[in-house]
Amino acid sequence: MNITKTREEGKLTVKLEGRLDTSTAPELERELGEALDNVTDLTLDFAELAYISSAGLRVLLTTQKRMNKQGNMVIQNANDDVKEVFEVTGFIDILTVE
Amino acid sequence: MSELRVEAKEKELDRVLEFVNNMVKDIQCSQRAMIQLDVAVEELFVNIAHYAYGENGGDALIVAEMQKESAILSVTFIDSGMPYNPLQKEDPDITLSVEERQIGGLGIYMVKKTMDEIFYQYKNGQNHLTIKKKMSA
Repeated sequence: MNITKTREEGKLTVKLEGRLDTSTAPELERELGEALDNVTDLTLDFAELAYISSAGLRVLLTTQKRMNKQGNMVIQNANDDVKEVFEVTGFIDILTVE
Repeated sequence: MSELRVEAKEKELDRVLEFVNNMVKDIQCSQRAMIQLDVAVEELFVNIAHYAYGENGGDALIVAEMQKESAILSVTFIDSGMPYNPLQKEDPDITLSVEERQIGGLGIYMVKKTMDEIFYQYKNGQNHLTIKKKMSA
């Protein structure tokens, strides 16, 4: 999975490319761990994200919890299959999916 | 019917996915069914890799069968680890707020919601978990 980060003061955009699954989720968790310091607006661009499993949802949940204390988090451009995972698991109500 | 035996370790997941995806290559699958199948296979295999065995580890046997006319794929996960029926786990409460949400149980919940059939038996000292899904649109 490719992770591209763009930071502009308090705004961070993270673009994911590929699959967020049991082998790639730890990598995202690590990258976000440090990158989120002093971020008030986090945008996750899922335009090139093909697939997400519960390992990926775990990282999204912990990130959402953290951003709830620091500011906002938004998910953009998720495809229908990824959105369906969000709906089936109720994550559609926890995350802000545009 | 095809079989794959692997060590029950996370690093074998790609092989398991390749094996299962190979079973459907001759039919017109819906993209949605493929993604849901991959998610289910990942969730079930990773659960075995994490929980079935102790330090000594063990194997997993994956048996797959494709019914060409009906386009129904059946995949059974067999392990010799501790007896465990994942279907007995209570569904997570998906209405909880973000602060209250837990991840536990989400994987098997996703499998239950997206597969057409799912059943478990314990026989000959082994856990058998079978999923079935119609793969065409």
